[in-house]
Amino acid sequence: MSEIPENLKYTESHEWIAEESDGTITIGITEHAQESLGDLVFIELPEVGAEVKQEEICGVVESVKAASDIFSPISGKITAINEKLIDAPEVVNTSPYKDGWLFKLRPSESLDNLLTHDKYAEIIKE
Amino acid sequence: MLKKTPLYDQHLNAKLVDFGGWEMPLHYGSQIEEHHQVRQDAGVFDVSHMTIIDLTGKKVQQFLRYLLANDVGRLTIGKAIYSCMLNENGGVIDDLIVYYQSDERFRMVVNSSTKDKDIAWIIHHAKEFAVQVQERDDLAMIAVQGPQVAEKIKDLLPTAALSLKPFHATWDNWFIARTGYTGENGFEIMLPAKEAPELWEKLLANEIKPIGLGARNTLRLEAGMNLYGTDMDEDCSPLEAGLNWTVAWKPLDRDFIGRAALQAQKDSANHRIMIALVLQDKGVLRDHQAIYTDNGDGYITSGSFSPTLGRSIAFARVPMGKYEQVTVQIRNKTLVAKVVKSPFVKNGNILI
Repeated sequence: MSEIPENLKYTESHEWIAEESDGTITIGITEHAQESLGDLVFIELPEVGAEVKQEEICGVVESVKAASDIFSPISGKITAINEKLIDAPEVVNTSPYKDGWLFKLRPSESLDNLLTHDKYAEIIKE
Repeated sequence: MLKKTPLYDQHLNAKLVDFGGWEMPLHYGSQIEEHHQVRQDAGVFDVSHMTIIDLTGKKVQQFLRYLLANDVGRLTIGKAIYSCMLNENGGVIDDLIVYYQSDERFRMVVNSSTKDKDIAWIIHHAKEFAVQVQERDDLAMIAVQGPQVAEKIKDLLPTAALSLKPFHATWDNWFIARTGYTGENGFEIMLPAKEAPELWEKLLANEIKPIGLGARNTLRLEAGMNLYGTDMDEDCSPLEAGLNWTVAWKPLDRDFIGRAALQAQKDSANHRIMIALVLQDKGVLRDHQAIYTDNGDGYITSGSFSPTLGRSIAFARVPMGKYEQVTVQIRNKTLVAKVVKSPFVKNGNILI
């Protein structure tokens, strides 16, 4: 069973969302997502300053076997990206919830529609 | 219900996938680590899903010289060749390896996904030559590949096997061939299904690590080897799949199925060709991506990340021409790919 931290929120497309104390959110992909993709070899991230809309494609993670879009879980403005991943995409495999975070954004809407831990756990069990 | 190989119980710790109706290991943890394991050390693959066919009869050699685009007449006993089996239009029904065991016996290994049509085709044409066709689904097949294999396997194989030259086989007990699909030294071993698990465990005990089909694909791509169904099919000739070298045009009077169509295509000097690509930018080339050249458009037949090169490589089918570079559209970006000579990697060395 994949690790699903209880303090995070989730999307059906397997992103996780952490609320930071400065009002921004950090986004990554879940353990379940990295496991299904396998070894990651390439990551494309959004540009800092870009305005993104909820469920808009704002990046790509590619493993040896497949490419998978990253969707913005919420509308807002990108405030930071994890540039280390450009040369070390495998960090997402080894540390999906910590060192393997993808980007941060300042949301322009509420986070109420995101999935809770329990709901996400139910989805990936299916 | 997916089919299981005799080694299914050996794969319970692997990520299993449906591979053409077989439940097969994709990887046992990390596909990239498994790839490096074979390039740098030694790995073992369960390839029991492959189809083994024994062909026997007084006219078996004559039959195979008619059935295959490569010429078994060039073989001596104990030697093998790689060949395409063509239809009348020169399209590839399958690619295979055939071993010359005696004047009245050859063994053939064909792909699993094409098994039914292959056997039907072979039986259809074998009648005229009174050749018997027997599928050997009582056998398992294990491939052991990598630079350290010869050292790590020496207590498990007979001396005759250890001294085999590339593309030769011996069959005193198990059928052991010095062949593979990785570009590394190694063996392919065909043995009774019930003996396979014990050999597998002994190989693992000798520190030869299990390798899944994921790494098998990146290894064969780096080694410049085609995969049936993606790099070629019945709508594509060997000339369009980079397999010109497997067509034995001489002797000129050898009639083989597809020869006339293939000759006409060759004479036209205007057929598609296969090229090998290395992506110059970051990104990953994938199957079916469009390729743009000065002579028109083409497409990627096999594309992946190359663990040995640390960048993306591919085979692509494009209009005839000489190319130094082409472009590929990946999502919203146009990227440059350099045209190189295949293979990309052989015996652990980067060749491009």
